[in-house]
This record gives sequence, C-alpha cells and structure tokens, in this order.
Amino acid sequence: MMAVYKRELRSYFNSMIGYVFIALVVAIIGIYFMANNLVGGYPRFSHTLGSIVFIFLIAIPILTMKSMAEELRFKTDQMLLTYPVSVTKVVLGKFLAMVTVFAVPMLLAALCPLIIAFNGTSYLATDYATILAFFLLGCLFISVGLFVSALTESQIIAAFGTFGLLLLLFLWPQLVSYLPTSAWGTAVALLVIVTCIVFLLYSMTRNKLLSLIVEAAGLVAIVVAYLLAASSFDRLLPRVLSSLSCTKVLDNFAAYNVFDLGGLFFYLSCTALFVYLTVQAVQRRRWN
Amino acid sequence: MIEVRNLVKRYGDRLAVDNLSFTAEKGRIYGFLGPNGAGKTTTMNIMTGYLGPTSGDVIVDGRSMLEEPEEVKRYIGYLPENPPLYIDMTVSEYLTFAAELKKIPKSRQKSEIQKAVEYTFLQDVNGRLIRNLSKGYRQRVGLAQAILGFPEIIILDEPTVGLDPKQIMEIRDLIRNLGREHTVIFSSHILSEVQEVCDHVLIIHHGKLLANGTPEELERQMKNTTLELTVRSSSPEQVKNMLVAIPGIVSVAEDKNDQPGQVSLKIETEPDTDPRDDIFYACAENRNPILTLRGLDMSLEQIFLSLTTDNVQPASSSVLKQFGKQEVEES
Repeated sequence: MMAVYKRELRSYFNSMIGYVFIALVVAIIGIYFMANNLVGGYPRFSHTLGSIVFIFLIAIPILTMKSMAEELRFKTDQMLLTYPVSVTKVVLGKFLAMVTVFAVPMLLAALCPLIIAFNGTSYLATDYATILAFFLLGCLFISVGLFVSALTESQIIAAFGTFGLLLLLFLWPQLVSYLPTSAWGTAVALLVIVTCIVFLLYSMTRNKLLSLIVEAAGLVAIVVAYLLAASSFDRLLPRVLSSLSCTKVLDNFAAYNVFDLGGLFFYLSCTALFVYLTVQAVQRRRWN
Repeated sequence: MIEVRNLVKRYGDRLAVDNLSFTAEKGRIYGFLGPNGAGKTTTMNIMTGYLGPTSGDVIVDGRSMLEEPEEVKRYIGYLPENPPLYIDMTVSEYLTFAAELKKIPKSRQKSEIQKAVEYTFLQDVNGRLIRNLSKGYRQRVGLAQAILGFPEIIILDEPTVGLDPKQIMEIRDLIRNLGREHTVIFSSHILSEVQEVCDHVLIIHHGKLLANGTPEELERQMKNTTLELTVRSSSPEQVKNMLVAIPGIVSVAEDKNDQPGQVSLKIETEPDTDPRDDIFYACAENRNPILTLRGLDMSLEQIFLSLTTDNVQPASSSVLKQFGKQEVEES
C-alpha cells in the first residue's frame, strides 16, 4: 500500500494536477476569507467554509479523474493486479494519496482562525471543528470521484461523471423537497424505486426469475404496508432521503455551531462505502 | 511448477479459453503459439491473476491462484502485451516502485534492481523518463519489471514485438538464460523464434490446446503423413481409385503435372503407418511405373498451419486426434 501511496503522491506533484488543485482550493478559501473575515470583519471562519462547499464541485473532479481511469488507459492496472498486493490496498493507497493532497490546502486553511485570533475575538473551537467536518466532506467527495474514475478509462468522462454526482449531492436538499409528500404518491415513488433496483439487479445477474420475484415481493410489501398503515407513508421519502444530505452535516457545524458527531460518522461510513465500491468495480472488471 | 487446470473464460457468448489444461516444469522454456485471437493473451492474463477465470484454476507450487492470490503472485513475473509503464517516472524510479510493490526486502532492493537492469541492458537510460524512451527500450523496461527479483515463473506475452533484429536476438538470449533456472512461458506468433528458443511448444487455437510437446516430437509425429507420388498413367481417376483402396491412406488429391502421360498425386496417410510398399506393389500390378515417390517432412510452420487452419483437412484431423489423446494423458 505504501508503494502505491508514494507513487501516486509523487505523480500528483510531478504533473500539474496536484498544484492546480491546491492553488484552486487555496485561492477560493483565500478570497472568501479576505472578503468575509479580513475585510468584512466577521470573526467566524466556520461561516466562510460553510459558504464555499461549491469549490468541491470543480476541484474534486480535477483531483480524482485520473486516479483509476489512467491505470486502465495505460494498462498499468495489469501491473498492479498481477503483483502480490490486494486490490483493496491499491485502492486505499490511491485514496490516501488524494486525501494527502487535499490536506495541504486544509493545513493552510487551519491558519485562518489563528489570523483572526491575532486580530481580535475568535471562535477557535467551532472554526477547527468546521475545518474537520469540511475536510471529511472533502474525503467523502474524493471517494465518490475515485469510484467514478474506476468505472471508465476516460479521464474526461470520469471528471464529468464526478461533477454530475457531486452536483446531485450538493443540490440534494432542494431536490428532496420536490418529492411527493402524500401517502399514495410515496407508495408510487417507492414502487418506481423498487423497479429501478430490480432493473439494476437484472442487469447484474441476468436472472429473470429472481428479478421477477423481487419485483413481485416489493409490490406486495408496498401494497400491504399501504393498506395497513397509510399514515406512515406520509412524507416518508422526504424524511428518509433528506437525512442522507451530505451538506446538512457541514451546515450544522458552520451555521449552527453544533458538533454533529453522528454526521461525522455518516461522512466516514459513506467514504468507506465508496472506497469499497471502487474495489468492487475493479474486481468486477476482472471477472467479466 | 505451474499447472493450468480446465481453464474456461467466457466473454458474454464468446468462449475465449475453452477447457485448457497443461503443466509447465521448472528449468524449461515454453512457447505459446497461436494465431491472433486464439486466447494466448487471455490465458496468460488468467495465469497471472489479472483476469478471473469463468471456471478452472491455476496452481503454483500446490497453491491456488483463486484462494491465495497474493501468495501465488509472488512466484510470477509478467510482461503483458503492452508493457505496463508509468510514463511519468524515470526507469530507476519505476523499478524501485516495482521492487517495493513486489515486497522485495529493502536491503536487497538495490542489488535486485541492479541485476534486472544489467540483464536487460538498461544501464544507459536508468535516469531517463520512460515517456522519452523508444519502443524497444520501453519493452526492455517492461521486461526488467517482470524479471525483477527473479520470480520462479516468468510469463512474457509477445516479448519481441516491435523490436529491431539486434534487440530480438538479445531478448532471445535473455529468455534462454532465464530458462536455465526458471520456468519461462512466452507467447509468439513467430514460429522460427519458438522453434529456436523453446523446449516445449503449446499450440492454441480458438481457446483450445491443439498440440503440446517439444518441437522435435511434434515434427516426428507429423512426419511422412504426406507423400508425393508421380506415376506414368493416362487416367488419374484409375490411379486414385487404386490408391484409395490401400489401407493407411486417408485421401488422395491430384497435383498439377504438365507432362503428358504422367499423373502426380498428393497422398495423406495416417500417422505411424507406412503404405509405401503397398503403393509400390499396387502400381506394379496395374502397370503404372512409379517415377517419384517421396515423403514430405512437415516443419513446425506447416504443423502450425495445418492445425490452425479452420477448414481442417483430413490428415491434420487425424493428427489432431492423436494430439488430443496425448493431451488427455498429460493432464
């Protein structure tokens, strides 16, 4: 794992990508820090961080696009996969290298609260807690980019795919508010979701019988549940899905000064999930 | 040393490798022969753990590639068709990375890299970026990573493609050197190369193993299966009918002959039979004097062509049967 980690890290700084990424993140943080805190005189750096989540949409795809896609394109994955090292370690090495690159602008950002402290009142605890949450959110988005990059051998597709997925996560709270709230609307929406899952299942297993059984079971379960307790369907989707919002946790830190421990665990477990999915995507390619 | 057991690889509906089995011993050089798309690369990719088989297994030193991939991969060095190079690294950086990834102990890394570099004549380009190297040098860097640490099994997929004649000679020498103490398996579609370098030839076609033996064995088995006969006669049909009746003759085909009153024929016989005496007596009886009668020896090239041509001729199908038998015995 260390070998892959070191190689990746070196490659980020041998090419422009590492520098471009760091420069971009530092520049945006710097501009907002100057406008909000230095010129604006507002003492909380946490608010500044909370308002620049959008930077991830541009910066993360730049960082992650080549991670797995380039290995496929130059066939260097043949080297990694035929050497005595597990896929998990390769993927982890790559992930940690990207996290390390991302840590550079975060370390610079960690100076900002101190600058505020030298000039007057500061709220170091909330500021550093928010930096932590911001960092973990970045790690989660990096794992999403890593996963998308493992699906294609084109860096461009990886970059746009990651951008699209991150945009979806970014707009999640607003999108969720458009979901049906009435009980029967929820039932229909659930049916659509079940059908989508069954379709995915079928495309992976090519097993018609299994897919039909799952679809039928889902249909029966939804109808029975609806007949028995229609009231529990009320606003079910918005309630469940809005709890999956990624940006909400950071808002808790940045806007409400709440240390959302559960939220941090949510970030970490989602990150682990996407790293795991990346390993699976690589394995799947081997077996197809 | 390395055993391939009933390997099957299916891509959708296409069967790339069809129930392939063979064993490769230490200290020998194995040549994989086959036309393009025969399944050579797929087989090698499965043997090295890059791809997973649909069914079957690869056993190295009693360990299964499916169950203990990391252990088994330690024994194998692999040069794929396209050398897997990180073009943003220098040669020495790349080989250091390879050594770390192969888990060669730190104390031995330097000397192992040095050995691999000397073996592949890379001393001059050690500090250069791989991006700036020519195709031949890139191939050698790929070879250097494969032999790095001198694993017991070295698998090379078309190692001489794209090299100039001098480099080809160097790589062949290198393979011969490696073959003294290691199991070397390499694929090629250059027959003379296989004949020159290999102790053992495996001919693969449509994912199936068609022949398995030393070049001499294969040639011996194919010997005298074709006879060339010219007799004095005015009726080719009559001569043909006469010959077909002789036991051991599989088919008779008319050859071109411009001389009037002469008939030339190509006779395919079953292997390990010699119907020449019978042909002589039959011709004498029918008063068709024999002008020439000679056996055609098949070179490895002809063996290869006759085995891998899709509209299999009767003679080669009988040879096929024979090789098939041998294959079963070996597995």
